[in-house]
Amino acid sequence: MAHPLLTVEDVSKTYDGFKAISNLNFYLFEGELRTVIGPNGAGKSTFFDLLTGRTQPDKGKIEFGTDPADSHDLTKLDEVAINRLGIGRKFQAPSVYAEHTVRENIILSLRGARGVFASLFHRLNSTDTDRIDELLKLIRLDAKGEWKAGLLAHGEKQWLEIGMLLAQEPRVLLVDEPAAGMTDEETHRTGELLLSLAGKHSLVVVEHDMTFVKQIAANGRVTVLHQGALLCEGKFDDVQADQRVREVYLGRGKHGTR
Amino acid sequence: MSSSEKYAPPAPPSDTVAALLAFTVLAVLIMPTLDVFGVIDHFTLNLWGKYLCYALLALSVNLLWGGTGLLSLGQGLFFALGGYMHGMYLMRMIGDQGQYHKPIPDFLVFLGWTELPGFWKPFESFSFAMLMVFLLPGVIAGIFGWLAFRSRIKGVYFSILTQALTYAGALIFFRNNTLMGGNNGFTDFKYELGFSLREPATQRGLFIATAAALIGVVIFLRWLEGTKFGLVQRAIRDGENRTLFSGYATPAFKLFLFVLAALIAAIGGALYVPQVGIINPSDMTPEKSLEAIVWVAVGGRGTLLGPILGAVFVNLLKSYATRAIPDLWLILLGGLFLLVVLFLPGGLVSLPSKLRGLWQKTTSTPATAA
Repeated sequence: MAHPLLTVEDVSKTYDGFKAISNLNFYLFEGELRTVIGPNGAGKSTFFDLLTGRTQPDKGKIEFGTDPADSHDLTKLDEVAINRLGIGRKFQAPSVYAEHTVRENIILSLRGARGVFASLFHRLNSTDTDRIDELLKLIRLDAKGEWKAGLLAHGEKQWLEIGMLLAQEPRVLLVDEPAAGMTDEETHRTGELLLSLAGKHSLVVVEHDMTFVKQIAANGRVTVLHQGALLCEGKFDDVQADQRVREVYLGRGKHGTR
Repeated sequence: MSSSEKYAPPAPPSDTVAALLAFTVLAVLIMPTLDVFGVIDHFTLNLWGKYLCYALLALSVNLLWGGTGLLSLGQGLFFALGGYMHGMYLMRMIGDQGQYHKPIPDFLVFLGWTELPGFWKPFESFSFAMLMVFLLPGVIAGIFGWLAFRSRIKGVYFSILTQALTYAGALIFFRNNTLMGGNNGFTDFKYELGFSLREPATQRGLFIATAAALIGVVIFLRWLEGTKFGLVQRAIRDGENRTLFSGYATPAFKLFLFVLAALIAAIGGALYVPQVGIINPSDMTPEKSLEAIVWVAVGGRGTLLGPILGAVFVNLLKSYATRAIPDLWLILLGGLFLLVVLFLPGGLVSLPSKLRGLWQKTTSTPATAA
């Protein structure tokens, strides 16, 4: 079996005595699309914070790279270094640059030129502009390239942020609730987009909407978090049938059937 | 597609260019010419020279506050340091023409010194003093910025720290033992590069130098806005988190901007001293920095024209009010600030478009009713 791209082993994180993550193991393989579900407070956001260097674990191992001899210890790196390794993050609340145009949002996210002096003298070449146009088309915002991003509808902002993530050409995309605030049709299209990215990229998608989860997890695996720990992991149908999962998550709340 | 080739912000560039051109002609050509022919008196030109120095300080505040979202309440420190560094040269140029007729500055004689302290010696050289105008504020801003941004100090904490920084500067310069003139600072300057500072021609030259420096800074800042750096700068202002998680080391960008802003303030201070004829630690007190915040807010934060307009307008008003109604000046200033915050958040620069909007509303309402 291949070595995972992302290795999380026995990781714990406590905030003021509250165990946000406890003894978590998680393995993501190259090209995989993994869906992470769990009720509020299950530790999904903390999990992303740990992966992206916003916070460090109390104990445990977080490594990035398929070659064990040449992998990076993510617990020792900050947000910037981790992003530059090729791990991109989409936030739960769409976070785009509201005062910049849609196009500028993409420009800022394009690979390359991240330093102070490099950005002073950076110029876009024709490959860049082609790439920008291509991305704008993909996220269906090509007609709104000169709009201020703050004027976009909620769903469009979500798409723009996905486009910004793609512009970075990351190896791993961490996507937090991409379908929040979208219509059913938009949600479905978002699912198709994410499915089309799997293979070329590796993805971890946190989501609440079960219809959406069913769509994107059709071929992949689902990880269920509960109270900061791994509850179960497997195919969507198996997870849905799991009695423990039904109890803590599917059985109650807004998606409940009880 | 031209917009994809450069990063220029969507603000109307033709307006800015036109305003800049008009200002250049007015400041560099017309005002000094009027002064030569006696249409405006030397005092007025000198006063306007001071306003233009303040405009540089306002641009410094705006680069951080309007452009990056960093409200520094201590830019007066860098302005004053630039002034002090130039002032040291001017003090040396007094030679032995001071009150005590000694070859060292009067305040040193008064403190019992008979020889020049070591660190004063290189300031006999104009070039060295000019180097220090940039070096000292730049290094202090660099060290402070490095510590603050590395520790991720943001928002009001950053503002409070910058205020503490300038206050600390004032306390150090108030001490006589700092050997920088203490309470009284530096004054009684006589010569700049061999020209007498009492000559109207010298003051005219300083005015033109100030206008030229201001125009140069505006052109540079305009260029900076159009680079990818400018895009990142505004991105930090609007969403630092996103910027950080997109691979930009935002502390490095903020440090660069903080040092750059300090240098712009220092240029203003260095030009201020020979025109106003005095520099003392009161220029480092937090109140002075706060005043500059008011100029920027009144003129229009986040624009290039606004801070200049605000600095000139508020100081014109101050020059008038402190003579005509001295007791009411601070109330007037506070009232002005409140009015702008409440009714004109875009500042004076937004007034034309606001009036245009009102005009269109009043003229179109009867038309639609008919």
